[in-house]
Parts: sequence; C-alpha cells; structure tokens
Amino acid sequence: MTDIPRATEIASVDSPALVKPKGRVKTARAMIDRYKWYEIVGLYAGIALFLFFVLAPFIEGFLVSLKPLSQLFSTPYSFIPRNGSFDAYVTMWTTVEGLGRYIFNSLFISLVVTLAVVVIVVPAAYAFARFTFAGSVLLLGGFLAVNMFSGAVLLIPLYRLMRTMGLLNSYWAMIVPGIAFLIPSSIWLLRTYMLRIPRELDEAAWVDGASRLYTLRRVILPLAMPGIVVIAIMTFIGAYAQQFIFALTFNSRQEFMPLPVGLFAFFGRQEVLWNELMAASFVGILPVMIIIVILQRYLVAGLTAGAVKQ
Amino acid sequence: MTSTRSATLFALALLAPALIYILAIVAYPLVDTIVLSFTNAALRPDYDFVGWANYQRIFGAGNFTDVIIRTFVWTFFSVALKMVIGMFGAVLLNAAIPGQALFRLLTMPPWIVPMAIGIFMWGWMYNGQFGMISGLLQNFGIISRPWPILAYGDSAFWATIVTDVWIGVPMVTIYFLAAMQSIPKDLHEAAWTDGAGRFYRFRRITLPLMVPAIVTMSLLSLIATFNSFDIIWILTQGGPSNQTTTMIIDTYKTAMGSYRYGEGAARAVVICIFVSLFCIVYFRAVRRLSQGEAK
Repeated sequence: MTDIPRATEIASVDSPALVKPKGRVKTARAMIDRYKWYEIVGLYAGIALFLFFVLAPFIEGFLVSLKPLSQLFSTPYSFIPRNGSFDAYVTMWTTVEGLGRYIFNSLFISLVVTLAVVVIVVPAAYAFARFTFAGSVLLLGGFLAVNMFSGAVLLIPLYRLMRTMGLLNSYWAMIVPGIAFLIPSSIWLLRTYMLRIPRELDEAAWVDGASRLYTLRRVILPLAMPGIVVIAIMTFIGAYAQQFIFALTFNSRQEFMPLPVGLFAFFGRQEVLWNELMAASFVGILPVMIIIVILQRYLVAGLTAGAVKQ
Repeated sequence: MTSTRSATLFALALLAPALIYILAIVAYPLVDTIVLSFTNAALRPDYDFVGWANYQRIFGAGNFTDVIIRTFVWTFFSVALKMVIGMFGAVLLNAAIPGQALFRLLTMPPWIVPMAIGIFMWGWMYNGQFGMISGLLQNFGIISRPWPILAYGDSAFWATIVTDVWIGVPMVTIYFLAAMQSIPKDLHEAAWTDGAGRFYRFRRITLPLMVPAIVTMSLLSLIATFNSFDIIWILTQGGPSNQTTTMIIDTYKTAMGSYRYGEGAARAVVICIFVSLFCIVYFRAVRRLSQGEAK
C-alpha cells in the first residue's frame, strides 16, 4: 500500500468526524477492517483450505455413507457417490447389531457423569471462589494438575481398583473413572464464574442471619446458574467425546458398550460394511451436533473462559 | 465472615466430595503405579517386591529409549503443527468478513464429536484401496498405485500425527482467536493511522501480545499430546513394526496386552516423571506470565 490512498482514506474517515465524534471511532473501525478484493479472495481461499482440513473426514465419511458397497470397493476411486442413497441409514439398524443400545449407552453414561460432576463441582467451586484457607491455592493447583495425567497412564492401578470394587464389566467401570478426569476443569471454570458474583451479596445474606449453606443455596446457586449450565454442557460433551479407553479396557460386555467401542469392535469383523459404519457414526455424532448448534453461544464462552484468564 | 475457623471447616466440607473423589481415583492410583513398578504384579492378585528389576529390564533392553525418542519426535511435530495451523486459522477467523460466525462454528466438530468416531473416519481416508487420500492422489496422477498409508512405518507415523493435529487444532484456534480478540483495538488503529500494513501489524502487535497465549497453549498441548492414546490405538495399535509405538501405547501393550502389570507400571512411572516436568514448567510459565501482566 502506498501512502497516498492511505492519506485520502484517513481524510474521508475524518470528515464526518467533525460533526459526530462518536461516528469517527465507528468509521475508523470499519475502515481498518476493509479489505482489497484480492485480500478477500485470499481470506476465503485460506478459510476454505483450513475448513477442508477440519471437515474432510466428515465430508468423506458422509459421502461414504451414501455410496453403495459395490461402489465403495471399486476402483478407480470416485469422490462423489454415483446412485447415492440413504439406504445405509436404514439397514444399519439391523446389520450393526446393538447400534441403538450403543447410542443409548453413550448418552446414559454421559448423562450420569454430567450429573455427578455438577453435584461434586458446584460446592467445590464455591469453596475455592469464596474462602481462602491455609493451602487453598496449593489445593487448587493440585486439582489442576490432575488434568495433566490422562487416564491412560493410570490404567493399571485403575484396572486393579475397578476389579477390587467389583465394578469391571458394568456401566460404573466407565462412569467412575470418567467423572474424575472431568472434575478439575469444571471446578476451574465455575470458580472463575463465581468470582464474578459480588461478594457483597454473600455478606448481605450473612448480616441478615442466613446460614452459609442457605446463602449458597438461595443466593449463589441462582446467580451461578448460567455458569453451571456451561459446565454441564462442557462435561456432557467431554464425557460423550472421550468414551474410549476406559470402555475398551474395563468393560467387555456388549450390552454396556458405548458407541465408539461398539463400532470399534465392529471393525474387527471380516467384512466391514463401511457405508453402514459411517452412517452409524453420523447418527452417533448427531446428539452433540444438535447441542453445538442450539447452545453455541454458551459453548464459545465456556470453551475459552477456562483457559484465557489465569 | 472469611478466614474464621468455622469458615474453613465449611469450605473443607464443600470441598470434601471432590477431594475424596480425586484422592481415590487419581492420587491413589498414582501412588499405586509407583508401588507396582517395584513389583512383579501380573494377573494373579498377589505379588512380590522385586526392587529395581523392572527398571533395569526396560532400560536394559534398549528399545525403550527408542520409544522415548519416538514419543518426543511425534509430540514435537504434532504440537508444532497444531500451533502453526491454529494460528493460521485464528487469523483467518478473526477477519471481519461475511460468514465469520458460520466459519467459527464449522471449526469445532473435530473437538466436540466423539474422538474415536473422528478417528474411524480418518482410518477410512488412509485406506490405500478405497480411501480418499490415496484415491484422489491416483485420480490426479500423482501416484500410480494404491498407497496404503497405515501399512508403512513412515507414512503411518505421519498419518497419526496429522490425525492428532486435526483433533487438537480447533481448540488451539478458538483459544488463539479469543486471545487475539482481547488485544485492545486501539493499538491496531494507532498503527494503522501511522500507515502500518496488515502483515506488519500482525508481526509487531498481534504476535508479541499473543506470546503468553502461545506459551500457555503449547505447554497444555504438549501435555495432552504426550498422553495421546486413542488415535494411535485405533489407527495402528502401535504398528507397523512398532513405528507408531509411543510411550503410552508401549505401556498399554505391556500391561493390558501381556498382563505384565509391574513392568507396565514402571513404564508408566517414566511417563509420569516427564509429565510432572512439563507440569512444573507449565505452572512456572503461567505464574511468570501473570506476573508480567500485573506489571
């Protein structure tokens, strides 16, 4: 860019400013965000490339689900399905045995995990948001450190623990360890949220003679509800997304398998019906997709709030 | 009402469920891992202490150091690519152009859908006979024969990295985008008035101010990537010929595949030591960065 058009741009921005000072800020912002045509082309090309990387497996998966098996296993490769149909979405319910059950299990496990996490996290987050006591900072750090260890590292003792408690091959084998690794980030997220509720409210309730528990229940809880909704959504999504290693290792009963492990077992078969498998995958993705679309506003806030401010 | 004795007791009572839960399901297993690493525990319930024998065995065999090096190389490339692509994505999604909200939404699926299902789809894409990558490359005449990507060590190694990057990129992008948006607009406006171009502003304003976000995210991503299990297990189970066996996969195979819990625990302890080191670096970095912000 040369200096001359820049000067005229500024002049044109400034002239209405003589009349309305507030307008200038707005126009300056609009100007700074104005792109040349080639910049716009570049941006859209870049975004197309980026989104292609992000969405390619879904596009391919979806197209595969539409292709009849004969086309799927034929060469040369064709990206676009010929005589595509949604047949696989009908036949999968009979060929992928237990599919409905797997989806139910996935939802059920995530739901129980979410409820448990909310019940455990709400009081803990309040304690960290409002009370300082010896070691409270260290304790919070300790909780956060849990995030750093994945379940995979602790698998051996967890397996022994589950066996001792007699939880192997049950829903609990997936629920109990699942909860633990979702607690820390939820505590952090909700604590951040609760810190924004004015302390004066607690104190006012205290002066009026409310007990601490009453204050938490009647003053804080209603105000923290949006934050609690966010952690509940995040936990549900997390629980739904990460059902693999515990379910793979701690449960071998087909009737308790969540969808990812159920489908993974299906892969081992001689003849994999890929189109139906992909169709089943899409149906499994559907619940979270619906959540994303409906609740995206909360989601972005929730996804970023936990990490941005320390 | 704060800092009295009863307040502390109340706070501890509120914390008790979370604390007990984490102690039982995370802290106890962590200690148990260390204890088991000095035993010959296997399938049967009782075991004997064997001192440092497990450690001597794994470090004596030689291939364990290969696994460690491979894990670090794998992790390094994965994290580096996540940062670069994430920054690329954040810059694009930050541009004020029509469709911005939709593009941001479309970035999220890999992060939010069940991880394993996304990986299944990658598994199909990597298929040599019928998958998209090999298929399209053949259609365009770049390769002449089917390319079974997961069947060769080198390509499988990179394929698992690409899938790991794919899963990590949305989070990095959204996080970088949030950091980018928290940069005061005035800075850009002032620089723009002085004639600074877009690229110059990115290099001299955006990038320096995003250093805290980049450091934080790289370290968090480092820890997550180091622990990555599902991707490799679903795509290659560590093969072909162990070319994608990282430390986590190695531990899993030792413990759950061969039922050598004691030796598996020793391998897990080595992972824990690395993770703890990363953790210390992370907490230090975060503290230093937040102090820098206060000044």
